[in-house]
Amino acid sequence: MTCTIIMVVRLHNLFAVVMLSGIYSLLAASIFVVFDAVDVAFTEAAVGAGVSTVLLLGALSLATPEERTPEKFSALPLCIVFLVGAILIYATLDMPLYGDPNAPIHQHVAPYYLEQGIIDTGIPNVVTQVLASYRGFDTLGEVFVVFTAGIGVLMLLDRGVVTRRHRRSGGGSK
Amino acid sequence: MNHHYVIRVTSKLLIPFILLFGLYVQFHGDFGPGGGFQAGVIFAAAFILYALVFGLDNARKVVPDEVVRFGMAGGVLIYGLTGVVNMFLGGEYLNYSTLNDNSVHGQHYGIFAVELGVGVTVCSVMIAIFFSFAGRNHKLDELEE
Repeated sequence: MTCTIIMVVRLHNLFAVVMLSGIYSLLAASIFVVFDAVDVAFTEAAVGAGVSTVLLLGALSLATPEERTPEKFSALPLCIVFLVGAILIYATLDMPLYGDPNAPIHQHVAPYYLEQGIIDTGIPNVVTQVLASYRGFDTLGEVFVVFTAGIGVLMLLDRGVVTRRHRRSGGGSK
Repeated sequence: MNHHYVIRVTSKLLIPFILLFGLYVQFHGDFGPGGGFQAGVIFAAAFILYALVFGLDNARKVVPDEVVRFGMAGGVLIYGLTGVVNMFLGGEYLNYSTLNDNSVHGQHYGIFAVELGVGVTVCSVMIAIFFSFAGRNHKLDELEE
């Protein structure tokens, strides 16, 4: 995974970058499988490795295949990246160890879901129970986010061309 | 891609199975991994594959833009209206237990409806985004003629 990321940063051929990011997503999906998060792995493989690679290729067909190299090297962005990275790593030091049974996340509502979920909903997949039933409002919000994203893309990508065509043909109400 | 016979034939064979797998993930999400979101993406992937191989115009004939736009809003409506139905049946918003005398069965129906809504919206949005990306090339070509 680290190899692919280094390659993504180093390479200037955007086609190769898109392909490598797809490979990266597939590797991430296999890591999720190792952690027993099958649902997340499923999503990562379908969205990250599949659809988004195709969408990036579609975007690439509108752009030049080579990345333009910046003219001069500036140190400020690099400093910001390292600073934020250091802060994030520092923050992880406070987190409980992976798989620690006393971690807050295992103490709060998770035991209730695991024990009562099957009795309340009769559905064996805990992820679906929590997502659709206990956290129904959150999922409704997510659906709205997807919907809004779709509307936004449609407005951005379809409108410009349509208005230009209207202007060219000299008609059409704005 | 009209001259790539191998790709055309294999994708023709694959597309029904991708659709079937999408439906399986959608309706079996209660018991195995998966659910509306993953199913929607897989279902959309089948249409995107079709559009890649057989061209955007043919794909637009299979799923017209109106259907895609209707699906985008329709999925959200299915989800939201499930909650409204729950309210009319005397429960809280999105309390599926009201859908049936047996609260466990009610939960089942509710989760089924909600996952269907998620799947429809995600699938339509993915197709819409792909169409508008791929359609931009087309429109720009037309403009230059």
